[in-house]
Amino acid sequence: MFGKLSLAAIPYENLITISAVIGAVLLGLVILGLITYYRKWTYLYQEWLTSLDHKKIGIMYIVLALVMLLRGFSDAILMRSQQAVAAGGSHGFLAPEHFNQIFSAHGSIMIIFMAMPFLVGLMNIVVPQQIGARDVAFPFMNSLSLWLTTAGALLIMVSLGVGEFSQAGWSGYTPLTELQYSPGTGVDYWIWSFQIAGIGTTMSGINFLVTIMKMRAPGMKAMRMPLFVWTTICTMVLAVWAFPVLTAALAMITLDRYLGMHFFTNDLGGNMMMYANLFWTWGHPEVYVLILPAFGIYSEVVATFSGKRLFGYGSMVYATAAITVLSFSVWVHHFFTMGASPNVNLFFGIATMLIAIPTGVKTFNWLFTMYRGRIRLTTPMYWTLGFIVTFAIGGSTGVLLASPPADFVLHNSLFLIAHFHNTIIPGALFGFFAGYYYWFPKAMGFRLKESWGKRAFWCWAIGFYLAFMPLYVLGFMGMPRRMAYYATPAWHPYLLVAALGVAVIALGILFQGIQLLVSIKERQALSDPTGDPWDGRTLEWLTSSPPAVYNFPEIPIVDDIDAFMEMKEKGVAYLRPDHYKDIEMPKNAPHGMIIGLWAFVFGFAMIWYIWWLAIVAALGILVTVIARSMDDDLHYIIPAAEVERIENERYSQLAAAAKRRPADEPAIPEPVPER
Amino acid sequence: MMTTDASTIGTAHNEEVEYSDTVAMQTFGFWLYLMSDLIIFATLFATFVVLGRNYANGPTGKELFDLPYLLGETLFLLFSSVTYGLVMLAVRDGRKKWVLTGLAVTFLLGLGFVSMEVNEFYGMVAEGHGPDISAFLSSFFTLVGTHGTHVTFGLIWMVVMMGQVAVKGLTIPVQSRLMRLSMFWHFLDIIWIGIFSIVYLMGVV
Repeated sequence: MFGKLSLAAIPYENLITISAVIGAVLLGLVILGLITYYRKWTYLYQEWLTSLDHKKIGIMYIVLALVMLLRGFSDAILMRSQQAVAAGGSHGFLAPEHFNQIFSAHGSIMIIFMAMPFLVGLMNIVVPQQIGARDVAFPFMNSLSLWLTTAGALLIMVSLGVGEFSQAGWSGYTPLTELQYSPGTGVDYWIWSFQIAGIGTTMSGINFLVTIMKMRAPGMKAMRMPLFVWTTICTMVLAVWAFPVLTAALAMITLDRYLGMHFFTNDLGGNMMMYANLFWTWGHPEVYVLILPAFGIYSEVVATFSGKRLFGYGSMVYATAAITVLSFSVWVHHFFTMGASPNVNLFFGIATMLIAIPTGVKTFNWLFTMYRGRIRLTTPMYWTLGFIVTFAIGGSTGVLLASPPADFVLHNSLFLIAHFHNTIIPGALFGFFAGYYYWFPKAMGFRLKESWGKRAFWCWAIGFYLAFMPLYVLGFMGMPRRMAYYATPAWHPYLLVAALGVAVIALGILFQGIQLLVSIKERQALSDPTGDPWDGRTLEWLTSSPPAVYNFPEIPIVDDIDAFMEMKEKGVAYLRPDHYKDIEMPKNAPHGMIIGLWAFVFGFAMIWYIWWLAIVAALGILVTVIARSMDDDLHYIIPAAEVERIENERYSQLAAAAKRRPADEPAIPEPVPER
Repeated sequence: MMTTDASTIGTAHNEEVEYSDTVAMQTFGFWLYLMSDLIIFATLFATFVVLGRNYANGPTGKELFDLPYLLGETLFLLFSSVTYGLVMLAVRDGRKKWVLTGLAVTFLLGLGFVSMEVNEFYGMVAEGHGPDISAFLSSFFTLVGTHGTHVTFGLIWMVVMMGQVAVKGLTIPVQSRLMRLSMFWHFLDIIWIGIFSIVYLMGVV
């Protein structure tokens, strides 16, 4: 009846896990209780859970990302504290099989359930507005992508309290992940959470490609698109090309484990290196899926806060495209030690080094944009500057690792760990934070308090160097990755410094939490009545903050790269149209959430071999899809009079904001000084 | 905003530039989906090419494949593509009855294909040549079976579309769905040509 599931699946005996589970469950109950107490269920259901509004979906993505950031960071704290104490004969406080689950969960969560939702969330909020559209091409599919990603995240969270998570690392190398060597449910949790979320990401990819290709405002030719739109399109090309490979590779492991097939086994003709190849055929483009959007964000931030058009716009576009193409030709550098011929390794080594060239082009473009610019050092700029400096180091160590002989020495050592954290944290996460601070007023209607943001930045930056620079040294000293305990006392001091670094980063996260609370409390003082708090250059700043559900009452016409700045310079940015028209918008739909729920049940049933439930869930998905396809009444009309009412309100807000500003002050709104 | 005039498929209704063309966007989006699906098949083909000769003392393709039988199976699928082409012609002319008839014939041909494939698989498993015997058989069953699963979903979709055509008539959304099913169906044909050549023909050489 319940497959392999029994009460024994709950890890009572593990004090750390069970207290985390109890904490998570209690927190969940408190949140549910509060929602019930304040009678917010209807609001939540109607305004958020079933919403097809790209801005709300984006906000929900980012909420998911921030929750998962806390979870993934807790894993990091555990790992760093374990390695800080597990020296000199001590085995620390984590059993090896628990430690293995923690590093596997940390990687899986940070990449698939923190970074991915974060970047898709930012794209959701920003891209339709930047191209002058009212929504994405397929609003329903957008909601479905969100809920599939959430279903995957939920599966990983459940693995904490029911059963176990994979011990085989986030990359799940075979044959370790085969049933013979990992008989538990951990690998199945990893498979199904990745699989379900991955399908959601493929759909996001299709959605954004169609949106950008087909829904740009008139006049927005390809070479007038904001850089973030360019990086989004390249990212989504990567997602649509690469994620299906992951889907297929995971399906093959699934068949090996569930039906006894022999794709990646080490007997009966299976080929375990086939898996490594397939995984990294997805995995390396995935790295650029994470980094390219951040590059786009930095480009927007640098141009805005330098008060200049981005330097070398065209070269920036071509550099992005070059990285997109090259990212498919480097995957073997993840396993130079496989034993391919020197010529094969040489090809992939050179291809890897080549990526440094377009990346270098970008770096210089950002620097030249700032050169002689009127720089305003706001929080998004802090993250951008922190990125440029830090990423240069991470990129250089990447070029070093791209050389096969060096890689043979450093492979699987902490040098590698330091390298990829040194690229992904500044290269992706700092960028997402920059985007979070930059577009927060657009999404929420008020800015985040600068002072706490800067404190948080310094903690993150200093904490980062403390946590990861020692790992480079440890790599040279020969310390392998993923050690639950070790017998070399010389490593210990460096691991203590790394643990201190994590504590400083924790402070940074705490400050970001405080910042959010303080900003909500002071939202009146921090409010953004104009919709253009930073003197922005691109179309998303033309809308109000937060934007009306339709974004633009009238689709803007674009005739330059920085369309909105050009409108402001010509003085036509805020012209009233002579008349308003009816606007058609997508109706809310619960089907995305329902399919996500069924997908979660399906994954859970497959993990625990509850076949009847899996069949029920699969039928549930099928029936929901068919039910949705029957519905042709998908839109509602916002009457022109209603649009006019909303827009009049906006114009009086704009007028009031203009009146508050002294006449001698330049028209460029400066950030409101802190109290 | 949506009209039932069949001749307007793929043209903008709204004089405004915004949201120019729902049907064209749906078609383009579906095309991108097909390309992503193609990559799944490409991965499975690549895996078959790498593992397809790892017989592990099990049977080889030469011993298992019955080419005349497969020719029959192939003809079912190819003719179903022809009849689906006729369905789209009937859609263009707005002839609902012919659309329904054509879909029914296509469905039966597709069902014939799937039945023959299930029969082939069943025979192999019954003789002890299941997918757990060797890497060759694993990759064979997975590649061919993934295609068969796609065809099966196409059949379910076809039933739903027959219902929609019967109840709703040839509205623009229904036409758009028929168009996408058409792309899906022809796409599966092309995949099958690849399977027939690379798996079966090259397998018996």
